[in-house]
Amino acid sequence: MRITLTVNDAAYPLEVEPRRVLADALRDDCGLTGTHLGCEQGVCGACTVLVDGEAVRSCLMLAVQCDGVPIRTVEGLTGPDGQPHPLQRAFSAERGLQCGFCTPGFLMLAAGALDHDLSENEVADLVRSNLCRCTGYEPIRRAITRAAHAHQNGQDGRHRSV
Amino acid sequence: MKPAAFDYLVPQTVAGAVDALAAGAQVLAGGQSLLLEMHLQRAHPALVADINRVPGLDTLTVVDGTLTVGALVRHKTFESPGAVPGPLGDLFARAVGYIAHPPIRARGTMTGNLAWAHPASEWCALAVALDAVVELRSTRGTREIPAEDYFLGPFQTARDPDELLTAVRYPLLAPDTGVAFTEHRRTGFSFAQVAVGAALTVREGVITGARIGLANCADRPLRAHNAERTLIGSEPSQPVFTAAGEAAAERDAAPVPEPYADVDYRRHVVAVLVARTLREAAPV
Ligand SMILES: Cc1cc2nc3c(=O)[nH]c(=O)nc-3n(C[C@H](O)[C@H](O)[C@H](O)COP(=O)(O)OP(=O)(O)OC[C@H]3O[C@@H](n4cnc5c(N)ncnc54)[C@H](O)[C@@H]3O)c2cc1C
Ligand code: FES
Ligand code: FES
Repeated sequence: MRITLTVNDAAYPLEVEPRRVLADALRDDCGLTGTHLGCEQGVCGACTVLVDGEAVRSCLMLAVQCDGVPIRTVEGLTGPDGQPHPLQRAFSAERGLQCGFCTPGFLMLAAGALDHDLSENEVADLVRSNLCRCTGYEPIRRAITRAAHAHQNGQDGRHRSV
Repeated sequence: MKPAAFDYLVPQTVAGAVDALAAGAQVLAGGQSLLLEMHLQRAHPALVADINRVPGLDTLTVVDGTLTVGALVRHKTFESPGAVPGPLGDLFARAVGYIAHPPIRARGTMTGNLAWAHPASEWCALAVALDAVVELRSTRGTREIPAEDYFLGPFQTARDPDELLTAVRYPLLAPDTGVAFTEHRRTGFSFAQVAVGAALTVREGVITGARIGLANCADRPLRAHNAERTLIGSEPSQPVFTAAGEAAAERDAAPVPEPYADVDYRRHVVAVLVARTLREAAPV
């Protein structure tokens, strides 16, 4: 099928089979390999991206379902000025990553939630959504909390939604 | 693994979706179970009908005390207790937090969950406890089935392959109903080893209404009728709730052994969780 994926505001006209999942289309057809694939079962969350502003598992959506729908991946977090996103800075400051395999998924998961006022419980629910085999989660929880606070207080210099 | 090849249809109306099913299509709703099964090569439909662009299926409506949940209402909708009026909304909000996690809840649908009929499903247990009715539509017409007659076994329902589950209906709960939902599972990620939803009505100090739904306590979702009968007419108290828990464990549940949870262990968990859920639900 002929579709156009709109990823990080760029259009990617593609010819894909219906069975192609969004994660594979992003990685192999658009060349955006920041989105990782771990389990392909919805469990690990490495493949999490924003579809129409909402964090979803890109291994459990078909590329053809996303024709004409805005998609944001970890490559789209950096601002036009090339500066890291506040979430990326917070992950760095809190040592929220070691090997980095899970990081794009956690970043997009948090990016999808940053526009709400995140309670402690909601942050815990988010952290539980994805798997990390390195950090023990606590640094990730701190990083998301730090970015959320900065965002709510308008200290992240960035009020556009991601 | 990757899904096997299939043809893909995007019906724009309910009638179009029903025609696709008559032609042998399998429905793609939230895709959070279907695509997983296709990855695992346990499902290989030749034709898939993606209903996500059918207008009108994503609505929640309340008419004359009955809630109707359309086929595209996502799990996430129920996270807000105010999405559904009264204690029913509160009960759904307590249960939904146990279903997978936020990104899955953003896509998965309540109706797709009932179509899938996992024995550990929270929604399926509540559907039988709350006297829900499923609405099925095919080119042959529309029929409605009470949830207790709809679930036939693990992943087995009374839905014919060419029938679209268009909606699920629930009677609202009376404003003085107390509700609770508890679940036991191995990790935050796991499906329920046992889950219990309850709705209790206490009037003038006496229990006048009781609904108890059990998930993963048999090969299908159960309503704990025996436990409910022990409650009616009693004053809410710890011994009464303990006795109801024992009745649910011994006379309602028919647990199947699972790794990490043999039958005796699961009966024990049923007794404890039912008593705990009732205590939480008892309006004080
Ligand atoms: C990691 C993970 C954890 C999960 N944890 C839980 C959990 O704890 N508890 C739980 O209950 N569920 C859990 N689920 C399953 C999840 O709730 C699914 O969303 C749900 O079971 C299916 O809904 P869906 O809309 O995604 O349906 P789909 O995946 O689109 O469809 C599922 C099946 O139902 C059929 N179907 C769907 N809609 C209709 C319809 N309207 N008419 C006819 N047939 C239809 C499809 O053809 C398919 O066979 C989990 C899933 C994942 C990936
Ligand atoms: S690859 Fe999608 S959740 Fe693991
Ligand atoms: S940093 Fe290695 S898996 Fe999370």
